[in-house]
This record gives sequence, C-alpha cells and structure tokens, in this order.
Amino acid sequence: MSEDSPRGETRTAGEKSDFKRELTEVVPHLRAFARGLCGRPDMADDLVQETLLKAWAAQDRFEPGTSMRAWTFVILRNAYLTDMRRNRFRGEYDEGVAERILTAPAGQEEPIHLSDLHRALLTLPAERREALLLVGAGGFSYEEAAQICGCAVGTIKSRVGRARAALTEMLASGNIPRRSSDDEIAHSAILEELDMVAAGNGVSSRG
Amino acid sequence: MASNQHHGSGGAGRGGAFDRRAPEWADGLKQLYDSVVEEDLPDAFRDLLDKLDGETAPSDNDNERGGTGSRTPRG
Repeated sequence: MSEDSPRGETRTAGEKSDFKRELTEVVPHLRAFARGLCGRPDMADDLVQETLLKAWAAQDRFEPGTSMRAWTFVILRNAYLTDMRRNRFRGEYDEGVAERILTAPAGQEEPIHLSDLHRALLTLPAERREALLLVGAGGFSYEEAAQICGCAVGTIKSRVGRARAALTEMLASGNIPRRSSDDEIAHSAILEELDMVAAGNGVSSRG
Repeated sequence: MASNQHHGSGGAGRGGAFDRRAPEWADGLKQLYDSVVEEDLPDAFRDLLDKLDGETAPSDNDNERGGTGSRTPRG
C-alpha cells in the first residue's frame, strides 16, 4: 500500500477529529469482537489494525451520527473473512486469556468455565460465532447484526439459535472438541458469504 | 381468562429476545467480551491513528514529512 493522495479533504477539520475520536473509542470493542472471532490475541489485534487502516481510508463513507461500532464491525468482519479465505487461519484457542478470566460467580454450584466457553465458541462455524458474538456479547439487536453481516434478520436469528443450542449442548455434556479441526462446513459457508460480500458491500443497501 | 398474555410484544425489543431464555453461559459470553473491552489499550492503536491523522492533515504541521513523525501523547 503506497500512500496515494490523501482523501477526506471534503470533510471539515471538526468532522475529521470527530471521526478520529469515535474511531479511537471503538477500538476496545473491535478488539473484543476480533478476539471472539479468531481467538488469538495477536491475530485479533492485527485484524483490528487492518480494520483501522481500512476505516481510515474509507472515512468519507462514514455517515456522522450513525453507529461507528456497527460500521467498523462490518469492516472488521470482512477483513476477517478475507484473511480466512487467504490463509485459512482459523479460530485458535488461547489458553492464557481464558485462564486469566476464568471467574466463577460466587455461590454458583457448577460454574461455567469461561475457558470451556471460549473454546466451545471457537469450534462453531464462523458465521454462527459472529452472530452470537454480535447479539449475545456485543449487545446488538438482531436487526443491527443482520445489517452488519449483510443478511436477513431471520438468518441471524437462526444462526444465533443454532449457536446457542450447540454451545448449550457442548457445555452441558462437557463434550467440547479440542480444536476446530473440522472447519470444512464453516469454510464453505464463509466462501458463499464472501461472494455476497464481494457482490455488494457488507452492509446491505439493497432492499 | 387468558387476560394478560402479552403475545406479540415486539419480540426483540432491546435484545430481549436473546435474554428471554438465556442459558447460564450467556453471562460468560458477555464476560469474555467485556474483559477485552476493559483491557488497557496498547499504544500501538493510538500511534497508528495518530500516524494516519498526521498523513492526512495537509498543512497542519509542516515538518511532519520524513523521519520520526509520530509524537506520542504522554510517553
């Protein structure tokens, strides 16, 4: 990437500094989302850096007043899917993180180990994992999540439902696969999605 | 009889649909997310944004051309 002529000159200085401030504010959320998607902190942070670069380059397309978090999540997920297709890098479980945050709520008989949860999460197909992350962890509504993923609300609901069922099942039975060694299904689902992403842009403006 | 049976109360009003039948691990999912949000932000991110900001600001600083460009706020 060579720095070609700077864009963004149509924006006022005020708007640009607003953009920068808002972008800075969402970085922790980007990191959390990325960590959930790809598991490994270093990879996640690389992904966030990539996202920031892309967001910066595309800042003219950000509409002030809309959600910076949603906007950057679209960029992040597209970057993730692209990287995934190129490198086939897959969710990898990071022991350290999960150990550290393994906090059992007091008084709970059988605490869910967050490390188990995290590992189980990473075994889900990426499309379900992201849906669950957006709705269940990020607090997005189904509608917002659908926008971010560029798919129908019903699709998000169904992905979240399946993800929940799978996690509940895995955690209840204690039968958590070691690692997502069997990513074929996820992979092909993602490739299909990528085609859609490539055809339009992540956030659907069709409709 | 079926007096206050609020069916069709908007479903996913404010993410309520997710919590409606939240399994016990649902809280853990938020914890995983929040724990990262609450981490200290590595300097690399602010540095990157400062650098980008410097590059696109045309005549803000005139000696920001080559060399050690990024001046980090508060070392």
